[in-house]
Amino acid sequence: MSYYEEEDLDRFSEVGKHRPDLFQKFMAWYQACQEDGALSRREKALIGLAVAHALQCPYCIDAFSQACLEAGSNMEQMTEAIHMASALRGGASLIHALQSHNSVDKVSM
Amino acid sequence: MGKPLPVIQEESLTYKGGSDFEESLRAHNLTLHADVITTLQVNVGKLCNQACKHCHVDAGPQRQEIMSRETALQVVAALRNFSIPTLDITGGAPELNPSFRFLVSEGRKLGAHVIVRHNLTVMFEPNQENLPEFFREHEVEVVCSLPYFLEQQTDAQRGRGVFQKSIEALRRLNQVGYGVEGGNLILNLVYNPVGAFLPPPQHAIEQDFKRELQSRYGITFNHLYTITNMPIERFLDYLRRTGNEGRYLRKLREAFNPATVEGLMCRTLVSVDWKGRLYDCDFNQMLELPVAKGLPQTIAEFDPARFARRAIMTGSHCFGCTAGAGSSCGGAVASDPVA
Repeated sequence: MSYYEEEDLDRFSEVGKHRPDLFQKFMAWYQACQEDGALSRREKALIGLAVAHALQCPYCIDAFSQACLEAGSNMEQMTEAIHMASALRGGASLIHALQSHNSVDKVSM
Repeated sequence: MGKPLPVIQEESLTYKGGSDFEESLRAHNLTLHADVITTLQVNVGKLCNQACKHCHVDAGPQRQEIMSRETALQVVAALRNFSIPTLDITGGAPELNPSFRFLVSEGRKLGAHVIVRHNLTVMFEPNQENLPEFFREHEVEVVCSLPYFLEQQTDAQRGRGVFQKSIEALRRLNQVGYGVEGGNLILNLVYNPVGAFLPPPQHAIEQDFKRELQSRYGITFNHLYTITNMPIERFLDYLRRTGNEGRYLRKLREAFNPATVEGLMCRTLVSVDWKGRLYDCDFNQMLELPVAKGLPQTIAEFDPARFARRAIMTGSHCFGCTAGAGSSCGGAVASDPVA
């Protein structure tokens, strides 16, 4: 058994077994966020896919890969979204080089 | 070790008396009955120059089952006797049937609106070169399969080389006046998902197709129809082979949208198979699920008055037409709810 099971994605609602009121509030919010608004459902699915990769959540990656396809995105567009998330993660690490520079500078002549 | 016995999975869409689909209808206080019949949809057989991975007909170049001239004459007689407004011809590749042009021209002479479900590449088969001109001469509405505006996806579903041929065929249809703004020759495209997922919202993907086909290839068309892949025959085999069956069937059930029921195509059409037998839709035809007992079973005995308001024969496969924005031969049938 792995910690992550594909079938568990379909069991998400079981999280509502304890404190169903909180889970229902979460689901209402979660679903409302995905509706067409100032951003289209397709754009929101691509954001979801990018965030899923930044968080490295296998459930979210699975769910939002499907959501992107069903919103009309293709692999070229989805891959660009994934690169965007990955580049941001890389950049977020790299910018911390300045912390290192600052630390080194502080103790250096 | 021998070949393992086939396993009927728990969630197989094999006809089960319509119980689970009927349950979903009942849960929403709905029933599924026909309205007035406006379309005779004629499947002239399983012969096709392609063998697409999603095909619910299991059509292909080796199939022998095609409609005879005798049955085609019975179709024409039904059109004449009952003044049915629309003749919708499908297959296989219907153009490969020797009676195809006869059916089209007779249908038009009788004043019917004629729709042909055209796979585009058949235009490059022997003796089919003048199809665009034939369609134009008879003012046929041409509905073409093109699952995506990119080569990789299209060829993955329909076979290597199909995309480039399809683009060339669309150019030829444009050249004779099909799908041109302000013209009266209608060229519609059909989008099928290239895999085990639901179609995107029709209006959104139509915009993508129009933009991309115009900018990449200079191609124009009228409308794009999104059609859900039906888990029957070859697509069901694909689902089973790839371990997607359970998940896809759950997806269809969970996406049941009661707002689609009123617009389902089975309410206004009768489907005729290559032998002249009658069904509520082309999918029931492939499942060999005929119209309800007590109704005429063949086109020779057809009487639209008896088919109006009939109870539709349903099965679990009907979830394929009610998922999301719904699916029909004319595309989505309802506004698209958020899944």
